[in-house]
Amino acid sequence: MLKRYAGPVLFHAAATVIAVMVLIPFFWMISTSLKSKGALTAVPIQWIPEEISFEGYRKVFEVFPFARTILNSAIIAVLTVSIRLTAASMAAYAFAKIRFRGRETLFALILATMMIPQQATFIPLFLVMKELDLVNTFTGVVAPSIFNAFAIFMLRQHMRTISDAYIDAAVMDGAGHRTIFIRLMVPLSAPILATLAVIAFMDAWNDYLWPLVMLTEPKKMTLPLALSKLSGQYATDYNTLMAGSLISIVPILIVFLAAQKHFRAGLQVGGLKG
Amino acid sequence: MEHSRRQFGRFAAFWFLLPCLAGLILFSIIPVFYAFWISFTDWDGLKPIDPRAGVPGFVGLDNYAAILAGEEFWRVLRNTLFFIAMYLPLILAASISAAMLLNRPYRGVAVYRVLFYIPVLTSWVAGALIFKSILSPEYGGVNDILRIFGIPGPGWLYDAKWAMPGIVLASIWKDMGFFALIFLGGLQGIDTDCYEAAKIDGAGVWQRFWHITLPLLSPITFFVIVICLIFSFQLFPQVMIMTDGGPIGATQVMVERIYRYAFSYYKMGYASAFSFILFAIIFVFTYLQLKLQKKWVHYDA
Repeated sequence: MLKRYAGPVLFHAAATVIAVMVLIPFFWMISTSLKSKGALTAVPIQWIPEEISFEGYRKVFEVFPFARTILNSAIIAVLTVSIRLTAASMAAYAFAKIRFRGRETLFALILATMMIPQQATFIPLFLVMKELDLVNTFTGVVAPSIFNAFAIFMLRQHMRTISDAYIDAAVMDGAGHRTIFIRLMVPLSAPILATLAVIAFMDAWNDYLWPLVMLTEPKKMTLPLALSKLSGQYATDYNTLMAGSLISIVPILIVFLAAQKHFRAGLQVGGLKG
Repeated sequence: MEHSRRQFGRFAAFWFLLPCLAGLILFSIIPVFYAFWISFTDWDGLKPIDPRAGVPGFVGLDNYAAILAGEEFWRVLRNTLFFIAMYLPLILAASISAAMLLNRPYRGVAVYRVLFYIPVLTSWVAGALIFKSILSPEYGGVNDILRIFGIPGPGWLYDAKWAMPGIVLASIWKDMGFFALIFLGGLQGIDTDCYEAAKIDGAGVWQRFWHITLPLLSPITFFVIVICLIFSFQLFPQVMIMTDGGPIGATQVMVERIYRYAFSYYKMGYASAFSFILFAIIFVFTYLQLKLQKKWVHYDA
């Protein structure tokens, strides 16, 4: 009898220890965001604020165009998703289903670019954007997502598994590549497109380095930029900073949890890309 | 039929590839060559480029020589290696343990999997701000917990010795769920027959872990180590937000230096040269690991 319960009990004990360590910082964030400025430096430390105060939430919208920032992040995330998925699925179709000279070489070249880290190329990319007069524009922030080797690779692998019989039938009916792509390949790739959409959304929503380089006007900033700007100006107002952080985390959690239900297997792929 | 389809619409490939190839050329290939050229100049990134007026001035390998001869580059490299020395063993231990738990067939596993993954979804800026607050020496939660055990907490981000461990702590918290999910994929691929056979032969829990799980997990472990090393050389948001490279340069790292030289000191040429050195380091790591992997990774089983 005892032995039967030993396994689950040990499991839950160990898993709870890890879960608590993961969640303490989030608990700290919520609790700090609900403190008044005075309570931030109270000793002994109040893990649960003695008095709930929304000062931080009020201030984050007062001292910064924070509502605008949320909208900017949403616009940039949605644009990134649409541009990345459209361009990548078109390229993937060509690599998977059209025969042309140099196809494998070109595909290998695209895979090779995955070895180039963003952190080593943000300066040259910025210089190009400057030449194109795209600094401080959303176009400049989202334009590089038109090329994403990982998305092309994933979609191409998937499209190769779609039977040629479908295409042959469509060709017999007089369909061209455009019709085949839009009516056949895109719907058949829906699960992988959905997964890639979640990854692209998270990438864009959380990105820091690239928007930091590109956007310098407060009105155009994304959430991570606004938070880092605030932390420079109000370094000790942790109630304000934690309120802002919480607001930035909630939308992405909702997107993830909503997505998780529909394609759990796909998010394993999401885990691989981060 | 197959033949006619092969012939059909070959030129269409061009149109389908156009957006992505335009992106590849404009945002990947051109920038790399452009920056390679800039790295041999003294350009400040501000003056309009005009070769006839001698802007930017060509300085040959001066930027590279200045970086490699200077004390700063080696300090930054030491800081990064200090980070790796703490981060790598801890993240491997944490994510393998988490993955082994998530691989158990108990109820509630799905909930833990989501919980462990929440830090991965959080932006690094928010995560870094949380840790900056919780690591506050006097008013932070971590030192308050240490106080319960009678341990006087260090000054963390304000202490040159403890700032990097603070950043490591935040990074472990942020990345554990990510690598746990990768290890979980590996564990699920291990044939349960191996364990059954070992059990019959009388192998204990630890013996099974050391002699079955770890060796069979080695391709994934190898993959994770490579990714970790690459991540480590790309440290940036946590440093910018938590310490700004301080105190007294103890947490300065490469990407932070590159950003600083380009956008605070306006030394575009120098920053570009630094970028290429970073690129070379990451490339060498990837290549070396790919070569070494053959020696100790078990792909068969």
